[in-house]
Amino acid sequence: MTAGDAMEHSIRGLAKAAHARFAIILLAILLCAAADGSWLKHVPAADRARVNPYAGQPDAIAAGARLFADHCAECHGPDALGRGKHPSLRSERVQGATDGEIFWLLKNGNLSRGMPNWSALPEQSRWQIIAYVKSLGPSAKQDSQEKQTQ
Amino acid sequence: MKGLAAARTLAAVFYVASIGTWLAQPTVAQEPPYLVTYSDSLEEPGNLEVAMKNTVGSPEDGNRFASGILELEYGAKGWWTTEVYLQGQTTANDSTLFTGFRWENRIRPLLRQHFVNPVFYVEYEDVNDADRSLLEITGHQSIADLIIPNAAARKEVERSLEEKLILSTEYRGWNFSENFISEKDLNESEPWEFGYAVGASRPLALAAGASPCVLCGENLSAGLELYGGLGDANGFGWHATSQYLGPIISLSIPKGPTITFSPNFGLNANSLGVLYRFKISYEFQQAFHHWPWRGE
Repeated sequence: MTAGDAMEHSIRGLAKAAHARFAIILLAILLCAAADGSWLKHVPAADRARVNPYAGQPDAIAAGARLFADHCAECHGPDALGRGKHPSLRSERVQGATDGEIFWLLKNGNLSRGMPNWSALPEQSRWQIIAYVKSLGPSAKQDSQEKQTQ
Repeated sequence: MKGLAAARTLAAVFYVASIGTWLAQPTVAQEPPYLVTYSDSLEEPGNLEVAMKNTVGSPEDGNRFASGILELEYGAKGWWTTEVYLQGQTTANDSTLFTGFRWENRIRPLLRQHFVNPVFYVEYEDVNDADRSLLEITGHQSIADLIIPNAAARKEVERSLEEKLILSTEYRGWNFSENFISEKDLNESEPWEFGYAVGASRPLALAAGASPCVLCGENLSAGLELYGGLGDANGFGWHATSQYLGPIISLSIPKGPTITFSPNFGLNANSLGVLYRFKISYEFQQAFHHWPWRGE
């Protein structure tokens, strides 16, 4: 192997490494872009339009609060403001989603992103959780946190 | 002495598990109450379920036995649950011994919920023939296998690979699950063995009440399980093997354990008259998030 061949070989190696790094960075950017909220695009129109039979009912909201404490609070926080990498449920995006959209998320989960599906929980119980989460409303604290990160 | 060593091993495992979970919050499990059949419910990511599962039987021509299993089930990912079993048994007028371990993995190939939801199950077993857990029935297992004295049965160790296709449907609060089982002994040239388990269950109440309660419909589930062997590659069918049918009742105590009980009735002469199954489990949410290296 001549000196020229060796030089060409090492340049190709460096180029391959640079391409690999570029691909990893690009993938990371795409994953970040697809983070929280991308599931909303996948909700079928019929599911999006479903109506919560328990919306606004005080008893259902109280039951939903108990179910939330049992099943959701450890990840999303007792005040639903999020915890660690688990998102807030009082962000404008979640509070602005239709009940049907949130129901679809509870049914299917977002398994690749760590959100389990809750299809083994009876439908009625899932609607009660949604009634409770929606009763909390958007949080000004969360809004300010979101603005700081934007 | 070996019984003592087994007890020490179980105690050590409990101790290690408790270190990571003592800060974590117990929760009410959402799974159907089956003791043999698997549904498509996986452990939530980061959650750890610790369970003791017991089986008690009394063969007509043999000694009464009680099997005990320590189960550690962890949600590794939203689509992947992994589980370790440590098994032992005690037989009246005989001995108490550690019978082996299993390591199972359940994987959801489809990330969305469908009418029928498949889960792939793969398990490695290292269990001796003195095992009485009857976690599943495969091949030509029969009542004759349960009356061999422990000293003789423990000499035969089976290292096998077990696969299950789990199908599960949720419909109007009901869960219907079907398991198709195949098992291959890795250290002996035995044919593939087959088995099945099916179950149906439902919570007694589908909506939660506004006030906290313990003995109420939302915390109780009931169901029915049917399971048994299907012979092997040389003789397929359910005649020369055990078959059981049993009702199940389960109570999930809020912020406490889930307790499940099921009497299983033998359906043919190869089965025990009645097999009693009992399970107590705790589920710890985000079990390892409080460990020092997680920084939380």
